[in-house]
Amino acid sequence: MTAAPSGVARTFDPDQPARLHPLVALREESFGALAYHYGERRLVFLKTPALVGVLEDLERHESARAAVAAHVEVDQVEDYVRALARLFDSGVIDGR
Amino acid sequence: MGADASLRDRFELGLEAPICLTWELTWACNLACVHCLSSSGRRDPRELSTDEAIALIDDFAAMQVFYVNVGGGEPTIRRDFFELLDHAVARRVGVKFSTNGTRIDRARARRLAAMDYVDVQVSIDGANAAVNDAVRGAGSFDAAIAAMRQLADAGFGRFKVSVVVTRANAAQLDELAAIADTFDAQLRLTRLRPSGRGVETWDELRPTAAQNRDLYHWLLDHPDTLTGDSFFHLSALGEPLDGLNLCGAGRVVCLVDPVGDVYACPFAIHDQFYAGSVRAEGGFATVWRDAPLFTELRAPTSAGACASCGSWDACRGGCMAAKFFTGLPLDGPDPDCVHGHGLAATPRAVPLVLQPRHARASAVVASAPA
Repeated sequence: MTAAPSGVARTFDPDQPARLHPLVALREESFGALAYHYGERRLVFLKTPALVGVLEDLERHESARAAVAAHVEVDQVEDYVRALARLFDSGVIDGR
Repeated sequence: MGADASLRDRFELGLEAPICLTWELTWACNLACVHCLSSSGRRDPRELSTDEAIALIDDFAAMQVFYVNVGGGEPTIRRDFFELLDHAVARRVGVKFSTNGTRIDRARARRLAAMDYVDVQVSIDGANAAVNDAVRGAGSFDAAIAAMRQLADAGFGRFKVSVVVTRANAAQLDELAAIADTFDAQLRLTRLRPSGRGVETWDELRPTAAQNRDLYHWLLDHPDTLTGDSFFHLSALGEPLDGLNLCGAGRVVCLVDPVGDVYACPFAIHDQFYAGSVRAEGGFATVWRDAPLFTELRAPTSAGACASCGSWDACRGGCMAAKFFTGLPLDGPDPDCVHGHGLAATPRAVPLVLQPRHARASAVVASAPA
């Protein structure tokens, strides 16, 4: 994957390895979790526990899609990949 | 963050830790703003010691409170201010602090600019000295502008210019935005509350209904303006303003005052909204999780007298503190209800303003709303 100078890829490719951004912390909540990006000073709401599981597991899988597949049913994979794309755009996750 | 009904429903039930925690570090202040929420002026000898403040920061870190809004009084007056700031940043508790700017000299501006996870909000309450100083005191406008210049020169980055919207400055929003732009800063507008010394000045300073309508449209036209979700009562005018549009008191919001007393929100400093003390067994975490008051506030909201109003979903009855301190029932309309229902509501006997737990130079008594 071609990385920008900051190490952040420009567009999200679910078939590439991903990680939770090092400046992001997760706090579990009843509905899922809050993610806080210390660099962007941005709070993001993760609305399902499965999505939290995916984020916590990203680095253990060879691709973002593989991390999703490990946590949700097959028919939900594309929804979760789209959710990851939004989290990528807001800096919560990036390529590795 | 747009309005999201499912998320709002979850937030109504409370969070594991606050996402908007205000920590007033001291009551000491070199100004005496006429609308001060905490009636600040003199330091109280019982204020948290440095060790207690450090321990509280550690509690915040353990609960993953991502950031705290630090205020006062004037927080920079505390001699250990930078020590506390350094400790918070080291523990990854971000700090957004409000200041009147009088103590932000070149050296302090540079020190702040070198810190991670620190945001600064410099307060002005008018776009010129005449309007600002009438509220904040002689010389306060020039001092705040000088502080903004120091921060900009030190390369602090995008600090905030924080303004309480009043009848006197409501027509100056464009000029206030221009001041923020001058320093590449971000404008933050918040609502005047009838709390603290604001009880006495609310009738005179609160924006008129027409000004509130103009403000609503101005906010829609300027979505980059920060508001701290302050004007959700105006969302009843049409499309919702950005934010959760929910009273967060005790659910996502709370206040820790200089002696460690915890209240449901920074605008509700009164015995009725007192949840406990961080000095008690179990500390802040126990107060946040178990205070009976907070459990009560996390129950689903009843629409009360607003049940028949089509705007209930938009404004949820507005601000609890604004109702309380103007003598309105808590399960009824906000005093600034955009449909005028607040005017029609019957005020109960107005409560005496709390004689705060800190020593105060002079007691203030609420006057009945006009």
